[in-house]
Amino acid sequence: MGMAQRKVIYTPFPQAVPNIPVIDAANCPKIQKDKCGACASVSDPRCIDFKQQDTVITEDIGAIIVATGYQLMPNERFGEYGYGKIKDVISGLQFERLASASGPTGGEIRRPSDGKTPKNVVFIQCVGSRDEKKGVSYCSKICCMYTAKHTMLYKHKVHDGQSYVFYMDIRAGGKRYEEFVRRAIEHDGAMYLRGRVSRVYERDGKVIVQGADTLSGNQVEIEADMVVLATAIVSREGADTMAQKLGIGYDKYKFYNEYHPKLKPVETVTAGIFLAGTCVGPMDIPESVSMGSAAASKVLALFSNDQMAREPITANVNRTTCNGCWDCLVACPYSAIEEDAVKNRQGIVLKMLAKVNEGVCQGCGVCVAACRSKSIDLRGYTDEQVYAALAAF
Amino acid sequence: MSSHTQHEQTGGFEPKIVAFVCNWCTYAGADLAGTSRMEYKPNVRIIKLPCTGRIDPLFIIKAFEKGADGVLVSGCHPGDCHYTTGNYHARRRWIAFKNLMDFVGIDSQRLHFSWVSASEAIKWVDLVNNITDEVKKLGPFVEYKSLGDRQ
Ligand code: FES
Repeated sequence: MGMAQRKVIYTPFPQAVPNIPVIDAANCPKIQKDKCGACASVSDPRCIDFKQQDTVITEDIGAIIVATGYQLMPNERFGEYGYGKIKDVISGLQFERLASASGPTGGEIRRPSDGKTPKNVVFIQCVGSRDEKKGVSYCSKICCMYTAKHTMLYKHKVHDGQSYVFYMDIRAGGKRYEEFVRRAIEHDGAMYLRGRVSRVYERDGKVIVQGADTLSGNQVEIEADMVVLATAIVSREGADTMAQKLGIGYDKYKFYNEYHPKLKPVETVTAGIFLAGTCVGPMDIPESVSMGSAAASKVLALFSNDQMAREPITANVNRTTCNGCWDCLVACPYSAIEEDAVKNRQGIVLKMLAKVNEGVCQGCGVCVAACRSKSIDLRGYTDEQVYAALAAF
Repeated sequence: MSSHTQHEQTGGFEPKIVAFVCNWCTYAGADLAGTSRMEYKPNVRIIKLPCTGRIDPLFIIKAFEKGADGVLVSGCHPGDCHYTTGNYHARRRWIAFKNLMDFVGIDSQRLHFSWVSASEAIKWVDLVNNITDEVKKLGPFVEYKSLGDRQ
């Protein structure tokens, strides 16, 4: 947040996995100017190596769990909320850091511009969510709950502070969630205003929030000290290219597709690849944890078998009609077509015919459509079966 | 076939549309339309294949012969094929094949090619509805059907 200084060697945050320090190469005098290097001489065993470079590691693996997470929609897209222009407009994640004991202020709520304790804080929900025009059509799901939590955290740290929440709907579906929001309102005095904010601007060191309270039908103007935006969850940058590399599907928001939304929520259409967490779509911590556990147990189930079950749908060649034109070999994306020699009694090769390696064939059927002599068919989707289906109309 | 005559008698023509779809994208998209309880025209008959790369152009001719008034081919978006390149094969085959259609007397408006991913249930619904309307305007396709009947 640019509110505190850190050393060149630091642990990203106390719960980081793995929980080991890193060197900020851009600011390390040893790496930049070959000066200092004191850390290497005090560390024992020798764990600091200034020459270390990024390396590509090749590993044979049996399964992949994709858990690439999410990112926030760039707040700058919402000029009316002043993010990036007004220092005291921050995102929910930044507020989280501010309230954290390991954060830049040691857990004290102080605003970024002048370090003062804010007495009026406005939380704006659905920034980008449920807004097809400017953002995304879906609900980011976690903001109602974390905003309620933030109002509580704020109240517990700034006893005479007042929080305001602009919301569209309060979506507190989940075990004890509704009660939690009620507690924020009734016990910790958060003022919930149903309506949208039209404008946020600065005036005399205050952040003025203009909005509507649709329940009372009034326009409201709040002189706030700090504004917190509950920004939409979006997929990670590059999520689509990652999916194409892995051969898994994704939707128009680049969230990954489950094999089946209800019955196979952690599997993907590609065998051996599983999903966990917000790379699938917005979800909260309990959901992500259960998805991660489910994916891990699916992998263990896969690994505990001595043999792997395979789909019976594979191509097979009719050796009497195949003339070895190799169109199939060129078409096959898996190199599952092999050249098989036909020999006479003397062992002399008469001709070469195509043969399908059933362990490699995935059953796409590209070879079947490519074969000019109609000598390959696909079990389960034979020409005859397709024609029979057509004849049934 | 009998339904054609029935409808012609009652005045309203309901086209039959055969959709060749791949298992991983469009079929899943159509399935999602179902699980999301979306409604679309019942004129489409789906034939599921593993991949659009499996589609033999003859299937399409055969479909017309067997009484289809329109044919739809749909699979994963380019780059997203479950088998990595099947839809590129299909696309190439389609470009070559489509040009032949006029030559063999099939109005190219009766043929549609589209990409519908597993999450595009709405696209699938719109696609089916639009094609049904379009083919309805063209009327029944009888030329090929009579070929099929003769066999
Ligand atoms: S699997 Fe859908 S087009 Fe190949």
